[in-house]
Amino acid sequence: MALDSKTEARKFKIVGTRPLRPDGIDKVTGRARFGADMSAPGMLVGLILRSPHPHARIRSIDTTRAESMEGVHAVVTRADFPAFVEDEALADVLDNCMAGEKALYDGHAVAAVAATSGAVARAALKLIEVEYELLAHVTDVDEAMRPDAPALHEDRADETVPAGMSDNVMARHEFGHGDIDAGFAKADRVLERGYRTEATHQGYIEPHACLATFGSDGQADLWCCTQGHYMVRNTCAAILGMEQGRLRVTASEIGGGFGGKTTVFLEPVALMLSKKAGRPVKMVMGRAEVFRATGPTASSSIDVRIGMAKDGRITAGFAELRYQGGAYPGSPVDMGSMSAFAPYDLEHVKTVGWDVVTNRPKQAAYRAPGAPMAAFAVESAIDELARELGLDPLEVRLKNAAREGTRASYGPTFPAIGLEATLRKAKDHPHWSAPLGPNQGRGVACGFWFNFGGDTCVSLNITPDGTVTVSEGNPDIGGSRASMSMMAAEELGIPYEKVRTIIADTGALGQNDVTDGSRVTFAVGLATIEAARAAKREMCKRAARIWEIEEDAVVWEDGAARPAGPNAGKHPPMSLAEIAAVATNTGGPIAGHCEVNAEGAGVSFATHMVDTEVDPETGAVKILRYTVFQDAGKAVHPAYVEGQFQGGAVQGIGWALNEEYIYGEDGRLQNAGFLDYRIPVASDLPMIDTVILEIPNPGHPYGVRGVGETSIVPPLAAVANAVSHAAGVRLTHLPISPPRLLAAIGAK
Amino acid sequence: MSRIHVTTTINGEAAEFLCDAGETLLDVLRDRLGLTGSKEGCGTGDCGACSVVLDGRLVCACLVLGAEAEGRTVGTIEGMTTGEALHPLQRKFLEHAALQCGICTPGFLVAAKALLERTPDPTEEEARYWLAGNLCRCTGYDKIIRAVLDAAAEMREAH
Amino acid sequence: MVRVRLWGSLAAAIGGQTEIEVEAGTLRELLDTLARDYPALQPQLERGVSVAIDGVIYNDDWFTPIRPDSEVVLLARLKGG
Repeated sequence: MALDSKTEARKFKIVGTRPLRPDGIDKVTGRARFGADMSAPGMLVGLILRSPHPHARIRSIDTTRAESMEGVHAVVTRADFPAFVEDEALADVLDNCMAGEKALYDGHAVAAVAATSGAVARAALKLIEVEYELLAHVTDVDEAMRPDAPALHEDRADETVPAGMSDNVMARHEFGHGDIDAGFAKADRVLERGYRTEATHQGYIEPHACLATFGSDGQADLWCCTQGHYMVRNTCAAILGMEQGRLRVTASEIGGGFGGKTTVFLEPVALMLSKKAGRPVKMVMGRAEVFRATGPTASSSIDVRIGMAKDGRITAGFAELRYQGGAYPGSPVDMGSMSAFAPYDLEHVKTVGWDVVTNRPKQAAYRAPGAPMAAFAVESAIDELARELGLDPLEVRLKNAAREGTRASYGPTFPAIGLEATLRKAKDHPHWSAPLGPNQGRGVACGFWFNFGGDTCVSLNITPDGTVTVSEGNPDIGGSRASMSMMAAEELGIPYEKVRTIIADTGALGQNDVTDGSRVTFAVGLATIEAARAAKREMCKRAARIWEIEEDAVVWEDGAARPAGPNAGKHPPMSLAEIAAVATNTGGPIAGHCEVNAEGAGVSFATHMVDTEVDPETGAVKILRYTVFQDAGKAVHPAYVEGQFQGGAVQGIGWALNEEYIYGEDGRLQNAGFLDYRIPVASDLPMIDTVILEIPNPGHPYGVRGVGETSIVPPLAAVANAVSHAAGVRLTHLPISPPRLLAAIGAK
Repeated sequence: MSRIHVTTTINGEAAEFLCDAGETLLDVLRDRLGLTGSKEGCGTGDCGACSVVLDGRLVCACLVLGAEAEGRTVGTIEGMTTGEALHPLQRKFLEHAALQCGICTPGFLVAAKALLERTPDPTEEEARYWLAGNLCRCTGYDKIIRAVLDAAAEMREAH
Repeated sequence: MVRVRLWGSLAAAIGGQTEIEVEAGTLRELLDTLARDYPALQPQLERGVSVAIDGVIYNDDWFTPIRPDSEVVLLARLKGG
């Protein structure tokens, strides 16, 4: 559907308020059921055997001893799965869930067992004998690009990769416009610098978990924590060679995802174990498995060249981005290349991105995938140039800011956008002029991210007593059921408490895209509003029949059907509850639904400001103050919008200061736990202040923009800029952990 | 291997169970007693999602053996509500939107309750350090800390 | 005729042209015509593209109308987290 709905200038009654979330009581009492909280009669426990080697050919797997162990009901290896999956990307997903010819990283699954208890399953794993032929490995992106680097795959590169490069280079992406050489010639100052970021994990607190039941009739049920149970259904069906309609997936409550639960890891394996064992199989990952075999984002190596005139105008921008995305093609370097310079109005701009494979776990999306590292590089370079030229870094950004009508660095012309507004708010904010002490520094950075739409279904049902249930198909990861209930109530003109929103299983609705791409409040919200409008039309029709007037002589206002004007006759309004009470007599139950590919999502911008203090003795960095300025289009539930801003900022702080995947020379992950992979804790942080701007998205009836991802784009650079000013030395390698900072201070 | 018979008190009620010697209290609570409100985020005592109170002391249930509960009292998230009435901390978590996904919430609530029993008037810094053993990946902690301080203020007024 | 702007990688595939003109009234016609007239674009079209029409991004809706004066920009297929 092309979007013809336009944002209405309207006064909201419910949208913009802060009601309690409908799933709240369950979540503060421990009743909410997450992935690992479900069980089934006769359930077995499934566990996975993982490769201890970063790169090895699997010569043979002998499962006979494990299979004959008492209490073991099934063992699966790759040989149990279909030999051929047509779609190349899905074939990679299968290979990642269960290794085929080669183990491609430390932690790669090679076999799985289902047994009567965890203890039996653990013992059985030890009886599986895998014969490996060890191969040379590579985990660093720049090393993997050398022509003599150990190759993971043969002939997988796409047609964009020039001949003669390493087999690990999978794709080349190029974006931009103008003539950068001409642009650099106009610059008063040209800065060239290399930047590096390390791989980080999404770090959701809930490990992956699922419960699979595969019947002998070929029908299967799956309960799992996921950002998209329709995706799980479709992916598992393809991998297992079954029809999508035979597999029903129910999404549990989800304990965080941030992109990391937009694919499958355990689910196809659990289904296969259940099929073989003829009993339900539950699988729950341990934290070390989560780190070794799921998630992480790409690490990056980025070279930036920016030319600036004395007045701060950027005359040209160039970036070459190299992202390793683990053992399979598909790092988000294309998105990084598109978003790197997106906040700026540039006449001459070019980015080149290289997608590289290494012996690391297959990267999964992580909140604005690809953009934070690119923004770190570009925003660091702009900051350094502004400082060299003696210019105010916010003024420099304002001077170059993309606006409505700017040709974006990735191609199209921007419609109304909010970057300039966030910059002006930042400049006027007391944070910007607050004094700083010794060893303290302030940093700012901008960030850009796309919004997404996609397939979306909402079914809105009017119950006989006039309450409303909304069924939607996108797992609620941060309060979206509250937002849907609010939009439905707003549109119907009834109290928020009269609406209950649930997440339906895959049997109940049509196809829904994943809860990702900041799409839910935008796309599911749009579908909810359309479903409510359909229900209102039906209710107006019922009132028209009762009043014996034309349908178009009835309007819906303030929660009731009313005659459209004096010519329609004098009829007292009929409320939703009054119409619902006689639905049986006027044509049957009343519902509204909307099935749509919600195209036309907007884009989103933010500016972040942070104060840091550096301890020159230890290299420790303290975050003193943090303010987020972001455009939300329209904040449906402002408390949860603030929560997205704050959560994204803090994940970015972790990425900037502490978090990194550390590999040894042996190619093994050395810090697969929360003790050594340190995400920010409460005592690391101050309050995170937020300023919500509302520049309506013309593609949504209420003006909503997605807000979930953009907030992780600026903090890497904002923190690095702040620390660089505090320490008096430019930090170009994230995370700025104490040893790295001490080394940089020592070298200045 | 013979199982150990354990008699204990959970959320004020007598309870008994059989468990293996190596089984953690968290496994017992979740898998044997159906108390799945305590969550396993790491199994190594790093995330606090399984926080429970053992004889008045805040512990990670994943680092305690089930057999250690013998003769002791265990408090879990399931025991925080009195009838239908939410504990002030539970109410303030909802009012402040102090949870997004909610997986860490039971652990935070149990830990915060333990804090306020010792320190009814914590500073922001005290609350942040007390709760530093509880990981939250969604919220950035801002709203959690506000909820805890607000609940503390309300509970002080009530006394 | 609609003027279609290509990103760098696509332009390189067809000999450096950054803009091409095609006859298309809808998104589907645009994609079909590009695949027919520019076989070198085929691999990327199969991997997937997003299309910005007058600044608004579309992915799959075949019947999205394109006016002759629309600004049409092909983009690498967008993916979020």
